[in-house]
Amino acid sequence: MSAKEWQWQEGEYTVTRSTHWSGPGCHDGCGLLYYTKNDKLVKVEGDLDNPYNMGRLCMRCLNQVEAYNSPQRLKWPLKRVGERGENKWERISWDEAYDIIVEKVRGIQKEFGGKSIVGMEGTGRNIIWQVPYLTYAAFGSPNYVLGFLSGDSCYLPRAAQQAVMNSDFFVADCGQFFEDRYNNPEFKCPKVIMIWGNNPIISNGDGFFGHWIVDEMRMGAKLIVVDPRLTWLAARADYWLQLRPGTDCALAMGMLNVIINEDLYDHDFVENWCSGFEELKERVQEYPTDKVAEITWVPKEIIEVAARMYAKAKPASIQWGLAIDQQVTGIATAQAVNSLWAITGNTDVPGGNIIAKSGFNVDDGYSCGYGWVPKEIQEERFGNEKNPLKKYGLASTAHGDTCLEAIENGGHPYPVKMLWLQTTNTFANMASEAPRVYEAMKKVDFNVVVDLFMTPTAVACADIVLPAGMSAERDSFRAWFAPLRAITKIVDYEECKSDEQIILELGKRLHPEAFPWETVPDWLNWKMGNDKDKYPDAFKYEWSEEGKKFRERGNTQGLTYSELKEKVYIYPEWQYKKYEKGLLRRDRQPGFNTADGKVQLYIDLFDAFDVDPLPTHIEPPESPYSDPELYKEYPLILTSGARSWEFFHSEHRQQPTMRMFHPQPLVEIHPDTAEKLGIQEGDWVWIESKRGRCKQIATLKVAIDPRVVSAEHGWWFPEKEGAEPSLFGTFDSNINNLTSQCQNGPTGYGAPNKNLLCRIYKATEENSKIMPGEQVTRRGGWDYVRAQLPE
Amino acid sequence: MSELNCQNKENKGKAAAFPQAREGLERLLKSEETSGNGLLIDYEYCTGCHACEVACIKELNLGPNQYGIKLLEDGPRKMANGKWDLNYVPFPTSLCDLCKERTAEGKIPSCVQHCQSLVMSYGPVKELAEKMARKPKMVLFTPK
Repeated sequence: MSAKEWQWQEGEYTVTRSTHWSGPGCHDGCGLLYYTKNDKLVKVEGDLDNPYNMGRLCMRCLNQVEAYNSPQRLKWPLKRVGERGENKWERISWDEAYDIIVEKVRGIQKEFGGKSIVGMEGTGRNIIWQVPYLTYAAFGSPNYVLGFLSGDSCYLPRAAQQAVMNSDFFVADCGQFFEDRYNNPEFKCPKVIMIWGNNPIISNGDGFFGHWIVDEMRMGAKLIVVDPRLTWLAARADYWLQLRPGTDCALAMGMLNVIINEDLYDHDFVENWCSGFEELKERVQEYPTDKVAEITWVPKEIIEVAARMYAKAKPASIQWGLAIDQQVTGIATAQAVNSLWAITGNTDVPGGNIIAKSGFNVDDGYSCGYGWVPKEIQEERFGNEKNPLKKYGLASTAHGDTCLEAIENGGHPYPVKMLWLQTTNTFANMASEAPRVYEAMKKVDFNVVVDLFMTPTAVACADIVLPAGMSAERDSFRAWFAPLRAITKIVDYEECKSDEQIILELGKRLHPEAFPWETVPDWLNWKMGNDKDKYPDAFKYEWSEEGKKFRERGNTQGLTYSELKEKVYIYPEWQYKKYEKGLLRRDRQPGFNTADGKVQLYIDLFDAFDVDPLPTHIEPPESPYSDPELYKEYPLILTSGARSWEFFHSEHRQQPTMRMFHPQPLVEIHPDTAEKLGIQEGDWVWIESKRGRCKQIATLKVAIDPRVVSAEHGWWFPEKEGAEPSLFGTFDSNINNLTSQCQNGPTGYGAPNKNLLCRIYKATEENSKIMPGEQVTRRGGWDYVRAQLPE
Repeated sequence: MSELNCQNKENKGKAAAFPQAREGLERLLKSEETSGNGLLIDYEYCTGCHACEVACIKELNLGPNQYGIKLLEDGPRKMANGKWDLNYVPFPTSLCDLCKERTAEGKIPSCVQHCQSLVMSYGPVKELAEKMARKPKMVLFTPK
């Protein structure tokens, strides 16, 4: 709890302390000061008294007033008047909008059942439990999906794997659970940090402030970096493992091979707290480092020396990221990397990988309200049939690829009649095989988009568009992970409403019993475990004792939302080595909350599900080794999605300051490769796979492997024409014209978004006559065989 | 001039035998009033995140392509030992006034506060110079 007041007057400004966690934004929840004058947001600064970010802010947050005042913001509800794609709208009132939506929802519920309505959001950000609640409790649908993200390939493979292997989630220890942070006597700075498959100083993924890594480097931590690209962290690392994209599992198994065979593992932890070690030991024999070097392109000596360095450092942590999820071996890779910190004794120890708990457990994310969906309907969730992790309640989203196929298959196993799209810019951003998704979305009868700006998604597909508020325009909180932080509403913009307000108002119309709260703060209080007397029925389905996983229901012990606002943030109590103290299991015995109480190096449940219980490398479906014929035609490995300082996914493209720093989409090519192709720095080039092509600007990078290129994602151009065929130019530079859907890993998780094949050639007037926007919106896209999910 | 001095046989090229010419320049240099304060930057840990640049643009309300502090990049360059050299350092431009208004109110300059690596310090040059002596790869700026 903060010792400082939450609001004060400073000259002509009112200053309010709050948390940023909304679009446009990121996965952090930084403390900041909002400066307002005459009810307008004028300035933003970091909050020096918030231990999370300690006063620092990134360039995007510093520039956010530009977003609030953007002339391109949505101002009021809109109803489509032209054809989809014409970008013609009529202003309507909120009541009219709700009436139209309610009528459609009721009609679909009656004729097809609520399951035919799919709730979607983009990334798991500020509406992480709110949109799921709407989907389950108001629509009566089990289908909550992340904007057509193939294979749930953003944290969810790691989340599902961690759930079955140890039943809890891990983060690299940066003292983030202590209010006094690095000053806490229990905290230890890791000797070595292994950065795996992310560039945290830019991406800040999974509730982790990336520059904490820099803090620890300054305190003496050394780095090992696993990344195909030379990031700043890689340049500062003792060892940079520049692997071939999509071979992370093999690399982790090679390191495990070294650590186990050279007896560098922690015998005490393995014997007392792990199961399946002998099986793992046997499996890693299939990954000698010379073989792993061939698979990964990382020299054998580097793999060995890095493995030794990591294993010998006590403590050591691993900061992992998205690249692990974006391969067909998403689950297996996560399992192998998790095994690294398990067998080296770095589990939940100071300076290791620690078990993260959300502030006061006020967060059950994507499964919030699932109990409102009747059991028999839950079983019909997209993907449950083929994905045992979903079927048995170990994962909380429907399978996007299956949903896509249901739309394409004209209603098999059942039709999709409505998409609720809340701040997700699907085919402009996270939906791989974007033209395919575009085509499918057009087929859905009724689509609602809730967003900040008129997006390509809204223009192409929406029938109703609702304007959402930004961070300073909402009451909410951030609970992932610690501290529990208040997000405080201080300004309004036109007729925009907060995501919570929109969901609550619509929910009350659709299913009043499930939405008894009078105000948003009431709803927030419920989520914080308060007002049991005021709204007793609201707790009926929220938390049931027979829940498959043991997680405490959120409870702030009486602290209300309005009190939280004034306290700004509160840190929950925190302890290391929870497995020794009986803090993880329902029976309060020591151990992990798995069937045998151990970290399962060999995952028993996978055995039961007929899935390989140990990690195995699988080649990306389109690689030089899995498809040599394709490689002849497309001789470059394509990785994509590296983060930029200026943008969070498809956001921030409207902000002149961000575009000043980063005006156009860039593809990184090695100078030797570029020279062979007659490409120079700054040339527009076509990047093409067997599915489609897009245009970006070549930038030559000496440190990238000449066999690999790296392209940016999320590009659209708000300054360009919105109506089709342009759609703000979104298809012209869309790397997802090249990526795929329905190529998942063995459990339905993971997608090879970052490890495909492409070719590159210079853009000329001759070869640029038909732009991708025209090809996709007017000519039916490109002709190729679409991947299908296995029967 | 200096090359000639260095080649002087008497001191075997180690030091100037005739330093007067250079000393004359030193002696006649004009002196100017300073605020006495500067910016110390540990560029070993500058990640190139641009936070200082945008913090400054907002503080000084600068228009397009104007900077009060500008990030400079060196590298990446492969070194003989196989490692990569990649360095960033933000450079205060002529527009930098060390956040005169903020510091008058007892705040620290906006770039210093928001630097994501927390590698920028503001204060009396003497104190910064002492700090600088304790760690390599630091640079001290004294904007006007």
